[in-house]
Amino acid sequence: MTSIIKAKNLYKRYGDFTAVNGIDFCIDEGECFGFLGPNGAGKSTTMRMLYGLSRVDAGELTILGEKISLTPPAIKAQLGIVPQEDNLDPDLTVMENLLAHARFYGIPSSEAEAKSKELLEFMGLDVKSDDDVESLSGGLKRRLVIARALINEPKIVILDEPTTGLDPAARHLVWQKLRQLKERGISLLLTTHYMEEASQLCDRLVIINQGKILAEGSPDWLVQTLIPPEVIQVNLPSTSLPTGLVERVKELKAHPVILPEMTFLFTPAGDQLWEQLSSLGLNPRSCIHRPSNLEDVYLTLTGGNLGQ
Amino acid sequence: MTINVWRVFRRHLNVLKKTWLNNLMFNFIEPFLYLLAMGFGLGNLVQEVDGISYLQFIGLGMIASSAMWAATFEATYGSFVRLHYQKTYHAMLATPATVADIVLGDLLFAALKSLIFGTVILFVVTAIGLVHSVWALLIFPFMLIHGFFFATVALTFTSWCKHIDYFNYYITLFSTPLFLFSGIFFPLNTLPAWAQWLAWLNPLFHSVEVVRSLGLGRLEPFLLVHVIILIALSILLAWLPIRMMEKRLIQ
Repeated sequence: MTSIIKAKNLYKRYGDFTAVNGIDFCIDEGECFGFLGPNGAGKSTTMRMLYGLSRVDAGELTILGEKISLTPPAIKAQLGIVPQEDNLDPDLTVMENLLAHARFYGIPSSEAEAKSKELLEFMGLDVKSDDDVESLSGGLKRRLVIARALINEPKIVILDEPTTGLDPAARHLVWQKLRQLKERGISLLLTTHYMEEASQLCDRLVIINQGKILAEGSPDWLVQTLIPPEVIQVNLPSTSLPTGLVERVKELKAHPVILPEMTFLFTPAGDQLWEQLSSLGLNPRSCIHRPSNLEDVYLTLTGGNLGQ
Repeated sequence: MTINVWRVFRRHLNVLKKTWLNNLMFNFIEPFLYLLAMGFGLGNLVQEVDGISYLQFIGLGMIASSAMWAATFEATYGSFVRLHYQKTYHAMLATPATVADIVLGDLLFAALKSLIFGTVILFVVTAIGLVHSVWALLIFPFMLIHGFFFATVALTFTSWCKHIDYFNYYITLFSTPLFLFSGIFFPLNTLPAWAQWLAWLNPLFHSVEVVRSLGLGRLEPFLLVHVIILIALSILLAWLPIRMMEKRLIQ
């Protein structure tokens, strides 16, 4: 498989603040690659460097075979961008938004019209064609931004938090459309802080925090490799935990991760640990026993102090 | 600078086609109020100025000021709304368009607005018999030069401006003094010599001289100096909003 985007030791600084702190990643053609991380982790800064709103400070960034410091127009012509903030043109209708965008790629107007109609249909917006953008709901606006990003038949679509702020139904619809794009062979690159989004869509992902990549792999691989398969989630603030809990849990071969508002006790044998809860001084009613998931990996890597 | 300048301009033209009635009508009212109040009101008290009626004197000058205001408002409030609130620039930058394309597209559009506003006043003052020469036709192309210059200055301010309220300062402390001391309402040769010299630093003064002379058919080679000053300043300054906008948009 050929890689379409490759970053080597990539840096971005704003004054004293290092937003992206030496990251490496490689995205293969046709895959959906995710950047998972909390707000301010450096996800959006990385996206901005990819689509030409930020310069690369240090390191190497290669897009579609070309080494870049600021993404040039010829590369931008092959990208589709879905920014974090909807920046549709409120002075234009739904259809006109697509047509005005198509013009910048030099698409002839008759072709642009046919393509726009097709995209509006694909995104389920065909009945809204002549509506004002302002009259659209958040979910419809998001779908229009995605349709707009497809007008130039891009090789890569970059989506910065594509479903933030959408209700669950709208979110599932966007996911379904993104899966269809992947089936068409379009490479997707997305940032998100929704675990479900990452595990539903991404073939591979990186977990990023404070400008650094903490882990990389497929969602399943990350869950299976980085943490034990089961977890007992203790819904107590760290200040209300029984004293000596950490040591006693470790004696039981479990791995505690303490966050300010809850604690995870990772273990290969959940049932056995569950039976010990009262002896550990925990009330089973404030605990949940469940299989570990991607969110656990994420919280463990980005927020947990690993019981130390 | 590429074909994308034209595409940015086309986007603005699309919008203008929809909003021209609301957009233009309101802005035409002000110059007419000035013409009425000053031309007919004050004009009764004033004898001739430079051998023409006071109404004619200010009427021709108002073509230039109206065009200046049009370019100024477009390149301040108009561009700022696209830059800051609507993120239209960001959307365009996701395409092969560059910051230079966007800035130049905005400047061209502001120049077109200058032409439109100047033209309406020109038609009105012609209709009431204030224009005396076919040389007035040259006012049309001149409006584009004039508009481009004032748009360049305004967009430079916009690319620095962080908040929409700051435009009040630009309008009150920059545009309004230019308007009042440009020789539209009184001939500058009534001022002391140092003030006349200062007037040369007022770009609107050069435009007023050109427009009034063309409207009256009082042609002299010296008018070219005024035109050349505006063209030279535009060329010298146009890179400034491009660089400043690049700094603002590309981090």
